[in-house]
Amino acid sequence: MAEFSLHINGKQYNADVAGDTPLLWVLRDHLGLVGTKYGCGIAQCGACTVHLNGSPVRACVLPVSAVKDSMVTTIEGLSENGDHPIQVAWDETDVAQCGYCQAGQMMTAAALLKRNPKPSLQQIDDAMQGNICRCGSYHRIRQAIKSASEKM
Amino acid sequence: MKATTMNSRRNFLKISALTGGGLLLGFKWAEASTTADTAATAAGLDIAATAEFNSYLSIAPDGIITILSPNPELGQNIMTSFPMIVAEELDADWSKVKVQQAPLDTKKFERQLTGGSGAIPHSWKRLRTAGATARYLLIAAAAKRWNVAESECTAENSFVIHPASGKKLSYGELATEAAGIAAPTSVTFKDRKNFKLIGTPVRNVSNRSIIRGEGVFGLDFYREGMVYAMIQRPPAFGSKIKAADITAAKSMPGIIDVVTFKNNVAVIGKSTWEVMKARKALKVEYEKDGNLESTTDHKELFTQLLNSEKATVRRKDGDVDAAFKRASKVITSEFECPFIPHNPMEPMNFFADVREDGVELVGPTQTPGAARTNTAKLLGIPEDKVTVNITRLGGGFGRRLKFDYVLEAAELSSIIKKPVKLIWSREDDMTGGSYRPAVRYKFQAALDEAGQLIGYKLRGVGINAGNCTREDNFPSAAVDNLLIDTVEHVSPITTGPWRAPITNFLAFAEQSFIDEVAHAAGKDPVQFRLDLLQKAKTNPVGAVKYDIDRMQSVIRLAAEKSGWGKKKTVSQGFSVYFSHASYVAQVCEVIMTSGKPVVKKVYAACDCGEVVNKTGALQQVMGGIVDGYGHAMFGKLTFKEGMPEQNNFNTYRLIRIKEIPEVEVYFVENGIDPTGLGEPALPPTGGAVANAIFKATGMRLRNQPFLDELKNQPAKTGSSKMKNIAS
Repeated sequence: MAEFSLHINGKQYNADVAGDTPLLWVLRDHLGLVGTKYGCGIAQCGACTVHLNGSPVRACVLPVSAVKDSMVTTIEGLSENGDHPIQVAWDETDVAQCGYCQAGQMMTAAALLKRNPKPSLQQIDDAMQGNICRCGSYHRIRQAIKSASEKM
Repeated sequence: MKATTMNSRRNFLKISALTGGGLLLGFKWAEASTTADTAATAAGLDIAATAEFNSYLSIAPDGIITILSPNPELGQNIMTSFPMIVAEELDADWSKVKVQQAPLDTKKFERQLTGGSGAIPHSWKRLRTAGATARYLLIAAAAKRWNVAESECTAENSFVIHPASGKKLSYGELATEAAGIAAPTSVTFKDRKNFKLIGTPVRNVSNRSIIRGEGVFGLDFYREGMVYAMIQRPPAFGSKIKAADITAAKSMPGIIDVVTFKNNVAVIGKSTWEVMKARKALKVEYEKDGNLESTTDHKELFTQLLNSEKATVRRKDGDVDAAFKRASKVITSEFECPFIPHNPMEPMNFFADVREDGVELVGPTQTPGAARTNTAKLLGIPEDKVTVNITRLGGGFGRRLKFDYVLEAAELSSIIKKPVKLIWSREDDMTGGSYRPAVRYKFQAALDEAGQLIGYKLRGVGINAGNCTREDNFPSAAVDNLLIDTVEHVSPITTGPWRAPITNFLAFAEQSFIDEVAHAAGKDPVQFRLDLLQKAKTNPVGAVKYDIDRMQSVIRLAAEKSGWGKKKTVSQGFSVYFSHASYVAQVCEVIMTSGKPVVKKVYAACDCGEVVNKTGALQQVMGGIVDGYGHAMFGKLTFKEGMPEQNNFNTYRLIRIKEIPEVEVYFVENGIDPTGLGEPALPPTGGAVANAIFKATGMRLRNQPFLDELKNQPAKTGSSKMKNIAS
């Protein structure tokens, strides 16, 4: 066990955990940030996507010891009031069905728009290919990203 | 449509003032249950036994209307559509409606489960009556205060209005007085042409908590003092524990205990990761406890069962043997599907706290009632000692109709005497059983010289599949000589209802075969179906258990909207299916790109009766098509000596965003009461896709997953791989 100091959503958190603990479980079990989801544990489904210095990463395979001074953003910190253009578009487009994968989808989408504010359909698909939605909300994911991109 | 519901003596109404003012309306009816409960029945659940319905609608003095939603929400959008129906008849201001998930309460609610696409059909009238009754009481309260006749008043957007005088009072202002009014003996429903909410697109009431990442799912539930647990189960179906060495695991950091019960070794610890790590340190030996079956065994078995003399006859009309004897053409085809897991994105989990004074269960379940009954039975305690709180479900697809993981959590908590959250990993979920059964079908059709279908035979053989046919579905009643029978093999590989049980594959097989027969008869596949339906209508053979008009109308609508037969640049495939009381026809379009078939688009024409929420309905149809297409194309779980050979998304392929076809959806408007939509859009998709690929390539897909077929068999024209899916 070791004490890790983490910068998450603009705040500092401390966690006393083994260094190999994936960031996902530190967030969920130790810090009470449960918006980031467990789906597969092997970086295949994208449900656990968070930002590390603005880039999307899979928290289920990222050991907490590797985070160091990086700035972590989770769905809870994507915006203060749930009004990030992606969140607004997700609401307006009514993307979610069961909703379980959507935090990961939104984090991936938000990272895409940050580096490419006007993505083509192909670029949207390329960016979102790593996120599985079992309910099949993919049509609306595309539409919501397009709509957020037009408003940004 | 105008309906009046009488509240009989058995159907009583309780009205009481809320503490602090307001109207609390409890309503209770004992009505016969609808029959759209296939999934639940298939799961062996007795839902008919809980015959009472009761829901709570409260109106606070500030005008906030709280509607409890009793059924588990797993993405079918019930938490939005149920309250919409109440609010419609109540003439409520939707912006003032708050929705809350109700806990399990079999005294207050009826059919508190999610399965069989049956919630809306079951509750439609009950929910309308709830809204209409409250509206009546509010109007009566206003009329009393104004000293005018009730008939002079009307209600709109959470206000009661007296048009003659221009007086107006809000529901909030009237709520307390309304609580003192005598219950009506009958209420009148709105005419559907006056619906303001029903049939419109209404956003999911849970959007805000979902987009902010609030902890609404079972896996998110936390209770101070709870411990985490995972279970190692036998790796092969047909095996049991021989010996377990738990020493190493028990001494690992964060581990509280390791216990063995039944064929489970449970690791209990202070956090999920510590438990996951310790579980890997378990040394458990297993021994054979039944047949260790492999997929290759099943292939041989299917061949034997297809020739078995011991089939169960499901339907028999006319003289099939004679018909096949005089046939001028006989078409025979076999279709096979593998096991598939449900794979809801949220793996199985449940919280259980078994104490002396009672048991608390919290988590995601499609069947809270059955979970409670069986927990009580397992622990040998009365049912009223068990409470169940239902969290949001991260998908279900039938998996959470089974309550095995709830019982595991309860048993574990009773052993360790601690509140425990049991978590399944994705691997546990995919290898833990409860699969869509593997099935093979053999279809035979006899055509006479004029190309008329004079004989039809279907044998279905399945592994733990029960009746793997739907013997009364189309084309039954349209063929003079018909025989449908089944043979089942009982296996240690556990199965369960998977979204649109049985029909999720049967529909593909049947609709592919019908297409093949139409081609053999030299007829257009759409006209061929319409002709058969016409025969079933004018000269039915045996019982007709589907609505011919509704089926014909979705066929015509899909053909019209897709421009069936009129397009030169695409190859179209047709499919239509009746399931869960609704009708869906689909046309799939395939184009050839560089000699390869590419699935471009699916048109869907749906008759689910009245559409409650346009957005929710579209989600179910589009998602159902993506689900049906994805699993038909990619889904397979194979076994080697009882062990699943795929256990996570690196070896088990689910459809992703790049692979989806365009989808265009149409709904039939016929004013029929809702007939369910969670499942019916899925079954037709495989057939529409396969028939379009046949049209484009001349190749008949007979087995799922299609991808394997496309890889293994070169098409007559074009290449063996599909451009947009081969990677």
